[in-house]
Amino acid sequence: MGAAEKLIPENLDKSLFNQWFDQRFETKMAEREAAHVPSLAIIATKGTLDWAYPPFILASTASALGWDVSVFFTFYGLELLKKDLHLEISPLGNPSMPMKMPFGPQWLKDINWKIPNVVMAGVPGFEKMATGLMQQTVKNNGVASIEELRSICLEADVKLVACQMTVELFGHSHDDFIPEIKDWIGAASFLPVAQKSDVCLFI
Amino acid sequence: MMSTHATQSLDARGLNCPLPILRTKKALSSMGTGETLAITSTDPGSLKDMQAFCKQTGHELVSSSTNQGEFEFLIRRA
Repeated sequence: MGAAEKLIPENLDKSLFNQWFDQRFETKMAEREAAHVPSLAIIATKGTLDWAYPPFILASTASALGWDVSVFFTFYGLELLKKDLHLEISPLGNPSMPMKMPFGPQWLKDINWKIPNVVMAGVPGFEKMATGLMQQTVKNNGVASIEELRSICLEADVKLVACQMTVELFGHSHDDFIPEIKDWIGAASFLPVAQKSDVCLFI
Repeated sequence: MMSTHATQSLDARGLNCPLPILRTKKALSSMGTGETLAITSTDPGSLKDMQAFCKQTGHELVSSSTNQGEFEFLIRRA
């Protein structure tokens, strides 16, 4: 007989006890859930203007919901933490990207220009132009800039951490990045954070 | 106009997801418990997002209505 069983009197009504326990357990679990602060861990790996949005939108929104948020920036994702952001899009090889004019009459705006890959790849400055059009579209639609979303994240105390290995691999310097970065770490340091999170996303 | 009854008002018109929520959260955090915030937005997504935001954060969504393509919300701070 274990120590716990010794505490239970022999004449105990087992079904009554189980009923009491089930109720108590439910109450305790509800209390625990109410006190629990949800957490989100994001691994941000992309460094283009379009892919910069998902991590910052999800992180800032989660912080607005009162969640505890950490974002680990690795590989091209590190670009999102540069002091000066020069993020561009590359429509090449992405048939899902709408190619529409953000200005002019409505009939012109509605045209989705199907531009062959060979043109996108061959015309110098095509990505610069596409980036400019994307930035204008973002502005027209009242969508926040990456700078704005990033500063909201920082205000809301979202923990932004960066991959040290990538810095060395790509020859970056710590001085190129915003000073608000909480830590320069590796996979072994972020995985335990991801393990404890309620939601973990690889973007 | 409900904003006349609210403690504070927020004009989120022309802003798109997630800005209406982020601005709402910012405005609420500078307010006291029981005070009310009136929000006007044009983002159709904000209708569902504002409900989800209140449900998650515990603030009370007193009312939400649609008025000529604009959405109006009244939130009481928890």
